[in-house]
Amino acid sequence: MYTISNKLKTFSIALIILGLLGVGYGFMTSHKSFEDVETMLAQESSHGGGHAEEATHETASQDVVASEDHAQESHGEESHVDAHKEHVEHVQHQIANRPWSALYVAAFFFFMIALGVLAFYAIQFASQAGWSPVLFRVMEGITAYVLPGGLIVLAIAIASGTIGHYNIFIWMDPDVVAHDKLLQGKAGWLNIGWFAVRGLIFIAGWSIYRFFARKFTIAQDKSDDNSNFKKTFRISAAFLVFFIYTESIMSWDWIMSVDPHWFSTLFGWYVFAGMAVSGITVIAFISLYLKSRGYLEVVNDSHIHDLAKFMFGFSIFWAYLWFSQFMLIWYANIPEEVTYFVTRIEDYNGLFFGMLALNLVFPFLVLMNSDYKRIPWFVVMAGIVILVGHYIDVYVMIMPATVGDRWAFGIPEISSIMLFAGLFLFIVFTALTKAPLVVKRNPFLKESENFHY
Amino acid sequence: METSKVIHAIYTDDDVLMNAVKKVKAEKHHIEEIYTPFPVHGLDKAMGLAPTRIAIASFIYGCIGLIVSIVMMDFIMISDWPQNIGGKPSFSYIENMPAFVPIMFELTVFFAAHLMVITFYLRSRMWPFKKAENPDPRTTDDHFLMEIAVHGNEKELDSLLKETGAVEIRLIEKEEAH
Repeated sequence: MYTISNKLKTFSIALIILGLLGVGYGFMTSHKSFEDVETMLAQESSHGGGHAEEATHETASQDVVASEDHAQESHGEESHVDAHKEHVEHVQHQIANRPWSALYVAAFFFFMIALGVLAFYAIQFASQAGWSPVLFRVMEGITAYVLPGGLIVLAIAIASGTIGHYNIFIWMDPDVVAHDKLLQGKAGWLNIGWFAVRGLIFIAGWSIYRFFARKFTIAQDKSDDNSNFKKTFRISAAFLVFFIYTESIMSWDWIMSVDPHWFSTLFGWYVFAGMAVSGITVIAFISLYLKSRGYLEVVNDSHIHDLAKFMFGFSIFWAYLWFSQFMLIWYANIPEEVTYFVTRIEDYNGLFFGMLALNLVFPFLVLMNSDYKRIPWFVVMAGIVILVGHYIDVYVMIMPATVGDRWAFGIPEISSIMLFAGLFLFIVFTALTKAPLVVKRNPFLKESENFHY
Repeated sequence: METSKVIHAIYTDDDVLMNAVKKVKAEKHHIEEIYTPFPVHGLDKAMGLAPTRIAIASFIYGCIGLIVSIVMMDFIMISDWPQNIGGKPSFSYIENMPAFVPIMFELTVFFAAHLMVITFYLRSRMWPFKKAENPDPRTTDDHFLMEIAVHGNEKELDSLLKETGAVEIRLIEKEEAH
């Protein structure tokens, strides 16, 4: 049995408290008055820059405001004042969105790790993998975060449209929808009620699978036949079918709909690839941590080697999907699709292309050598880079739609990460104490214990 | 032509062979060659063979392929005749790079794969019409053959190999080839 060390417990609680304080601070400082924003903009334009640069956004109806900015300037005093007012309100809204988005990005990032691990876990059962049974309890520990994490993400999404002032999803704003033909056309799918119901169905489905898979593997520890293993095998296969549908829809709902004018068909796969690689990285991290503390002696360097191979392979898979999505849209250059990348390349250039180095080039070169994949500190180093890269990936998916060029990486972002990192560590390591760290009587256990590559 | 003596010991089971290799190595005899009908896992480790470096060669070939593709397309599409084709930006390589990536990828894989295979053929001396070096045709079916050089210690080797479970032991006069 594993017992959570007091140090780790205190550390995660400290992270949660510090994170909460920072998030609170972020919300307190994000509500600027109209006059504040006006003086701020005036100061910025006197430093050079000016209107032209600020008016390059593409967030739903807000872009109309921005582009009209120029057209109306020659149309006399009255409309000029109007455009100025709308521009200031636009910026004011972006500033108010920042703490919401920062919270949402971090919440989704940690949730997607748990969900990626859940899918990977189901794949291990469905494919009857012989190497992984010694890691099942680690995976089960991580997937304990699926239920709370999923509910938190959904709660933030809905709260942004009910408590907040439509700070993440512009389609939740009835005012915007009233003036937007496209959003009216999508209203049958994108409305808060149906959005919430869908989200709850997905979370319920994932959690029910997780609950029963866990129940059966624990029952398998004490049983004297393999019936529980067979049950897990069956529900895992069924879950994978459910998962690939719901994951795809979840990615449209929770991520793609921040840009409700934009759509991409391989988006669900793209989000899944990021999910899988971050999840596998965290499995490797937690296994290495527990092994270094002497709790997982059966995990040998061949298991780590296999995990590192998966990190390597899924990094390339992620990059393949990233490029396929980018290149198809770049090549055809259809205006209604390409705005998505135009905003990202203009306002998020460093992050947008930098994450390619972190998520593809670095793992590709570092994890290519077979010997390096067996060295713990090498795997940890590559893993940290991969996790940072995929946080940036989520950041670049959400932020351009909500805060546009008003993005920064400061207290709201860092404290949101701390909050959910603390929560994640606390839930995962508490779940790890609930059952022995290695399954017993799994039909593949012996093979897994003696696994050598 | 000079001749040298070798012993051919034949085994019928790969586990027996593995144990025999370990024993012969422990007695510090030099194993010239082992012929097996299929890959035996761990045999190279037991024989103490150096690991292959073909993966490193392949990585280098891949880099060469990548460079070839970049230089080729930069010359053709950007330097030599930068035409406007369907509005694609041909002002610099980086601006039009997404369109070149599929070719960069494929040429990298092409070079890495083909040159590696050719390297493998060269290093293992394989080509069409090559005379097969097979001391006993049964080793391509279900027998395993260990070849040990003899330096006047036939008796000692003979008893050692018998002990390890060899089903057949022959002393061969071998022409010193290559």
